[in-house]
Amino acid sequence: MREITYREAIREAMREEMRRDETVFQLGEDIGRNFGGAFKVTAGLGEEFGDARILNTPLAEAGIVGVAVGSALVGMRPIAEIMYMDFTTLAIDIILNTMSKIRFMTGGMVKMPVVVRTQQGGRGVSGATHSQSLEAMFMHIPGLIVILPSTPRDAKGLLKSAIREDNPVIFIEHKGLYAMKGPVSAEEYLIPLGKAEIKREGRDITVVAISRSVLRALEAAEKLEEEDIHLEVIDPMTIKPLDEETIISSVQKTGRLMVVHEACKTGGFGAEVAAIVSEKAIDYLDAPIKRVAALDAPIPCGEVFENFVLPGVDDIIHASRKLIGK
Amino acid sequence: MEISKRKLKELYIVMKKCRMHEERAVIEYRKGNICGNVHSAIGQEAIATAVCSFLNEDDYVFPSHRGYCGFIARGARLDKLWAEMCGRETGYAGGRGGSLHPVALDRNIPFVPGTVGSQVVLASGVGLGFKMRNLKRVAVAFFGDGATTTGAFHEGVSFAAAFDLPVVFVCENNQYEESTHWKYWCKLDKLAERASGYGIPGVSVDGNDVEAVAEVAEEAIKRAREGKGPTLIEGLTYRILGHHMGDTGYSYRSKEEIEEWKKKDPINNLYHRLLQAKAISEKENQEIEAKISEELDEAVRFALESPVMNPERCFRNTVYFGWEISLNKV
Repeated sequence: MREITYREAIREAMREEMRRDETVFQLGEDIGRNFGGAFKVTAGLGEEFGDARILNTPLAEAGIVGVAVGSALVGMRPIAEIMYMDFTTLAIDIILNTMSKIRFMTGGMVKMPVVVRTQQGGRGVSGATHSQSLEAMFMHIPGLIVILPSTPRDAKGLLKSAIREDNPVIFIEHKGLYAMKGPVSAEEYLIPLGKAEIKREGRDITVVAISRSVLRALEAAEKLEEEDIHLEVIDPMTIKPLDEETIISSVQKTGRLMVVHEACKTGGFGAEVAAIVSEKAIDYLDAPIKRVAALDAPIPCGEVFENFVLPGVDDIIHASRKLIGK
Repeated sequence: MEISKRKLKELYIVMKKCRMHEERAVIEYRKGNICGNVHSAIGQEAIATAVCSFLNEDDYVFPSHRGYCGFIARGARLDKLWAEMCGRETGYAGGRGGSLHPVALDRNIPFVPGTVGSQVVLASGVGLGFKMRNLKRVAVAFFGDGATTTGAFHEGVSFAAAFDLPVVFVCENNQYEESTHWKYWCKLDKLAERASGYGIPGVSVDGNDVEAVAEVAEEAIKRAREGKGPTLIEGLTYRILGHHMGDTGYSYRSKEEIEEWKKKDPINNLYHRLLQAKAISEKENQEIEAKISEELDEAVRFALESPVMNPERCFRNTVYFGWEISLNKV
């Protein structure tokens, strides 16, 4: 099977959906011709679809999402790009108080087919206000679908589904994954939202991981084989609504749960999964639940600091050994 | 452009309906029948009435939280509007919105946002959608003086100016943001001057002179529809009552000022003009009032006889429309 990068997979998804449906369009800063986006995800799309459908916007995040929401009210299907997750806070009012609520408040009579695409995570050089992982913020808001793809194949299939979805979606990419290559089918395919995937089977510990942490978990799983510790790595892909069943089934098998994410530990996705499993599967747990997450601290610039603050392969290995009792 | 006597009379009737609706809202609120608060627009009926009278059926309107005049001027159904205001199942939004978040999808009023200023950026978005789909339709956002300092206003107008969107921005400057007078922060003589900051036309008129508003509204809507871009209209007006039903409006405004503005009542003044021009008679006026009164009685009766939606039904499959949410709080 051919291999393409995460960024190419995302671009392909958008290109295919825009060719398929002329109401799909994109808006964001610097996404248009001759630049193709801060992370080059939209490179070439402006040339193919023109300046109106790959719309360069003023520097105004609340405006970008607000205008996307308005256009969705009259039949368009916008993909709004917010360059950095850290800036989504500028659009949070329109997301919280209009975008996520309008479908409910109108009893479903209004569709809100908006995809807000953004990216998060550390990459060694971005610093404290350009590296944050804030999926928990959106997970907490009722009415939003929140997706974090970890591979090129997942990114393409999930984004296509997200674009066809009539409810608002927050699609969270990872800046450290854009250049990563992976197998992606050349045939058209969609990945359903709200369904987790078992990325690796194992009998000892259920590891629920998201975004780049999935790769870290898989790397740790390889290494731990030598110690006869077998991780089952589950990638929820959609954290809201969450596929609880897959996670609980796995915990019923392994008896141990670890959640790994790059966001800060306090009030994060891990806390949510831990609460759910405690509520619904406590009898199956042989050990306390572990969350491997970032320190509750800003992420200073540079690899040394990032590696200190953010959870890595070693942290997952360390946590696994503790869970097994070594 | 002179507005014909016939049209002025039509505007008068709409304003009268707005006023009587607003007065009834106060009465029903005091009886405890309204779900939520009432942000009364008594005194500012002329602006929305005039602007909406030039819109087509398929244009879009985003009223503010003080926006029932926009609903009525667009011909929203009184029964469904009142049922919504009273939080009943038969309301425009099934009672979910209540008095603060009515909608009227049949009149292309999709949402009344809770955060001041959002309506500006939403209207721009609708304008973008119209432009992208090559539709000769217009979006109008109504907002107060307070909204003009919000980020959402700034960003919404910036987008509309950047892309020549078919939008009209209408500021109902009633001079107070809750209890704060606009001159407290505003270094401009007129809010319409903000328009020059975006490179779009801005015009300021007496918001209680329905004819003056009508003239500039017609122009602005035509401009937008022809693809020439947005306009900022400022209508200077006044709200006679407080910010909402919990506020008398007396602690930050003098009785003299309020009395002064009562004399500038847009409906009264127009009535006397029409009377003098023999475009209306006292008897006819009484008939108009009686008809509106009957309509309102019907609507209120319908609302109060309607049930509140069963909460379970309200939340089943409505948040995601494809995913259920747990209805278990334990």
